[in-house]
Amino acid sequence: MHGRPRKPQKPEEEEASAAEAAKLRPLQSQLLENHHQKNYDKEALEVSAKVLEMNPDLYTAWNYRKLAVEHYLKESPSDTESIKAILDEELRVAESALRQNVKSYGAWYHRKWILSQGHSSTDLELRLLGKFQKLDARNFHAWNYRRFVAELTNISEEKELKYTTDMIDTNFSNYSAWHNRSALLAKLLNKKAESYFPAEKVLNEEYELVHQAIFTDPDDQSGWFYHLWLLDQTIKSNAPSLVSSWPPHGYRVALSRNRSLDDQTLSPSRSFHSDSETLALILYFDQPVQGVDSSSVSVKSTAHLRGDLIWKPLSKCSHDAAKAWVSHLSFPQGEMNSSESYSVEVSLGNSQKITSASGFHHVKPTCFSFGVSVHLGETPIEECGNEGIWWKDENFTSCGISPQTLPFASSDNLTIENNYAPSSSEWCAEIISNEIALFRELLSETECKIGKLTLARFLMAHVATSPHANKVAQLEEVLELYLDLMKLDPTHFHYYKDEHSSVLLQKVTSTTESLFRHCYCYKDQTSPYLGTTTCVRLNNLSISRIGSVEKLLWVQVLDLSHNELRSTEGLEALQLLSCLSLSNNKIGSFTALESLRTLKSLKVLDVSCNEIGSHSIDTTRYLFSSPLSHSEEKENDLSSDKMVTDSPDLASYWEAYFLFKDLNLTQLDIEGNMISSERFQAFLVKVLPKLHWLDGKQVQ
Amino acid sequence: MGELAAEKHVKYILSVEKRKDDFQSVVMEHLRMNGAYWGLTALDILGKLNTVDADEVVSWVMSCQHQSGGFAGNVGHDPHILYTLSAVQVLALFDKLDVLDVDKVTDYVVGLQNEDGSFSGDIWGEVDSRFSYIAILCLSLLHQLDKINVEKAVNFVVSCKNMDGGFGCIPGGESHSGQIFCCVGALALTGSLHHIDKDLLGWWLCERQVKSGGLNGRPEKLPDVCYSWWVLSSLIMIDRVHWINKEKLVKFILDCQDTENGGISDRPDDAVDVYHTYFGIAGLSLLEYPALKAIDPAYALPVDVVNRIRLRKKLAV
Repeated sequence: MHGRPRKPQKPEEEEASAAEAAKLRPLQSQLLENHHQKNYDKEALEVSAKVLEMNPDLYTAWNYRKLAVEHYLKESPSDTESIKAILDEELRVAESALRQNVKSYGAWYHRKWILSQGHSSTDLELRLLGKFQKLDARNFHAWNYRRFVAELTNISEEKELKYTTDMIDTNFSNYSAWHNRSALLAKLLNKKAESYFPAEKVLNEEYELVHQAIFTDPDDQSGWFYHLWLLDQTIKSNAPSLVSSWPPHGYRVALSRNRSLDDQTLSPSRSFHSDSETLALILYFDQPVQGVDSSSVSVKSTAHLRGDLIWKPLSKCSHDAAKAWVSHLSFPQGEMNSSESYSVEVSLGNSQKITSASGFHHVKPTCFSFGVSVHLGETPIEECGNEGIWWKDENFTSCGISPQTLPFASSDNLTIENNYAPSSSEWCAEIISNEIALFRELLSETECKIGKLTLARFLMAHVATSPHANKVAQLEEVLELYLDLMKLDPTHFHYYKDEHSSVLLQKVTSTTESLFRHCYCYKDQTSPYLGTTTCVRLNNLSISRIGSVEKLLWVQVLDLSHNELRSTEGLEALQLLSCLSLSNNKIGSFTALESLRTLKSLKVLDVSCNEIGSHSIDTTRYLFSSPLSHSEEKENDLSSDKMVTDSPDLASYWEAYFLFKDLNLTQLDIEGNMISSERFQAFLVKVLPKLHWLDGKQVQ
Repeated sequence: MGELAAEKHVKYILSVEKRKDDFQSVVMEHLRMNGAYWGLTALDILGKLNTVDADEVVSWVMSCQHQSGGFAGNVGHDPHILYTLSAVQVLALFDKLDVLDVDKVTDYVVGLQNEDGSFSGDIWGEVDSRFSYIAILCLSLLHQLDKINVEKAVNFVVSCKNMDGGFGCIPGGESHSGQIFCCVGALALTGSLHHIDKDLLGWWLCERQVKSGGLNGRPEKLPDVCYSWWVLSSLIMIDRVHWINKEKLVKFILDCQDTENGGISDRPDDAVDVYHTYFGIAGLSLLEYPALKAIDPAYALPVDVVNRIRLRKKLAV
């Protein structure tokens, strides 16, 4: 019941309602009776028509009438006159039902069904639609029906596009018309239809049209989403491209078991610790891709690599597309000469196999190379974990090395054949500059949220597409805009906050110098855990989401404590991570940590002082592969797992179980969460057999 | 701000069932199965499902089943996928799924999948992405999802996606919060949420919150309590629910209560009905309102009911 006032019914209203009910009830019973008896005589049809006029949603009555139509069509299959009469009558019944309730699914579908029986009343349909759409220009049933009629009668997309222009000219506040416009235009642009190619001319006109809407009333949302869609059409680079990799181009990696190498020939910061003879190779694309495998990515090395490369997508859902892909290069210890540096060359782009979700191929030939030396020696793999890692400020000291030696130093000029940064065409740059200027002007006249938000988005587009932009200054302007928006529109505070966080991380990682400010060394450099490994501390930044991970692929020790993170989405790409602190954030469940499941090197995890166990609603339950979703049904059959049959606690802690069973943690901090209890700790010790430290205490 | 008049709502829901003489009751007779689902789920969230005679409900539900395996909205009406889901959900609430001939119901739902992956609502062929969600949910509850072509079903839902990140009834249809719920739900249940641009859709959805705190279903429309469910559950499934102001929404829902006679309406001071009463209470549950059972955003059933069904099989203990 929509929009009916709440008030006690007057006696006469109650009577009227009862009288109507008394009239409808026997008709409905009669209808059902006729339906069951398959009685389609005139009188019976009359009853159903009356019922539908009073109650257009009564689906069984529509079904009954369809059966009746089929019955009569079978009786007189060739009598075109009487067929037309039958179908006309149905259109009439449907129309009068729509007059009663213009949102009746049953009535609209009945009309569709009649038309698909071969009734050609196109003119009539368009006239009727004109009437209904005038009455309510936003009725989505009518719009759906219009698209159906247009397709059935081959009305051209150009003509329908013109119809949306007319509707918008009449009243720009018509989201339905903007929507239909986007759908039609997308088709025409895709087809490269005459006068819709090249796209730049069309887009310019569209920008003008939508400006009228936004500038007339900035608070009216009708044009907002269309404008954002135009931006997407302007800058979208269809073909996926590689944005970063580990190891980066030109970098030298030393595989060693011991992090404190005596070998003076190696710069310590460049030595890369590995517990095994393998080196993770990570490719990071600008959009999720599939088809990365040993045939689409060629890896050549002067060293003899063992085995075929197996590529795995790093995604939170169990599907085969991801931005980040990992493979492991295996350097057989016995065959490697420790004084020699081997080169590895990775190239992709020669095959059409790597494709984006929308079906575009990776075409740009890209290749990069790096050096590897192996110093595994005879020392056995050190069992670390006896002394633990303590995330206190005093345990971190500034790095005594030059920023230029850090792995990310080379990431700016990482590409080879042409720069990783997407090259944008002139017209695209021009559109973006125009929009920036225009919205600055709007904001100088009136303070409106859509103005600020749009300006922020176009500035980001500018940063992304023009390599010569003054990045830092523009990012700072965007940060200011989001801070303003948080004050201006507090209802959506956390939307702006999340956007702000992404931009902030982009700024932090935008230059070597700025990221270097967040690099530290762990105090105890004899620790086999950390040694001279560079620790990245992005703590206390008040960030609410993770971003710019493509700049952090090399990070092994990461401190994200004292932020406002709600999930670890994005961290799945940081395959080298071995120590991670997330303490004092807003992680609300174990599923929110799901992306850590792919981090096979992770040994130390601090999730103390979060909100695990405090919420009845888990907002990440379906986002990540949950045993509740179908895709995991077969993968995670618990009944064969011994752990399950042994632990009565599993039913209460299954989310923790799904996270931790795949990790090899030696140190875990989880206190300060609602879920913490002795029973839970006992459960964790069982699930994590390699655990040495739990909540600061040594595991017995 | 007032509090949830839980007891009054329980009384109201129970009374609706007995009311038969006004016009609205007669008009709604054909969707009594939906009404049963709304009312009973609301009662369960309020912790009062035990005030209903389970056997009576179950036997009435079963009397609505047809030879085909599908359920009707009421005795004597035709089967439709809409009511088939409600029937299965009601049985799930009472932990009575074992009374079903699972193969029969499965056959009915499987038979409604079309070549392009979409689902018809019944034999008459109306196609709508709502029916995709319903089919997927229904089969998930019965552990029979592998009986349909899930990949094609997902592709059809994805083909209903629009420029604003939302979804319509059919390809080309305008985004609408109710429809978005269905499509996001279908993708959630099949582990396919990666097809969604969460930031884009999240922005569209969070902009549904208007000044009063209530949520509307499309841009430039009035707020309505039922969107507390459609929008909120969608935002939760894509982990963007923090983008709206929860306190203001709680207040809006509570403002729509009839504190005298129970029930919740679409907007403050409008007439109440069981549909909005359910969506108001379910919305409050999603907002973690105290003393309410948690409801699952994709299954639209209490979390304990979902866990009972999904984990019982999984743990097999």
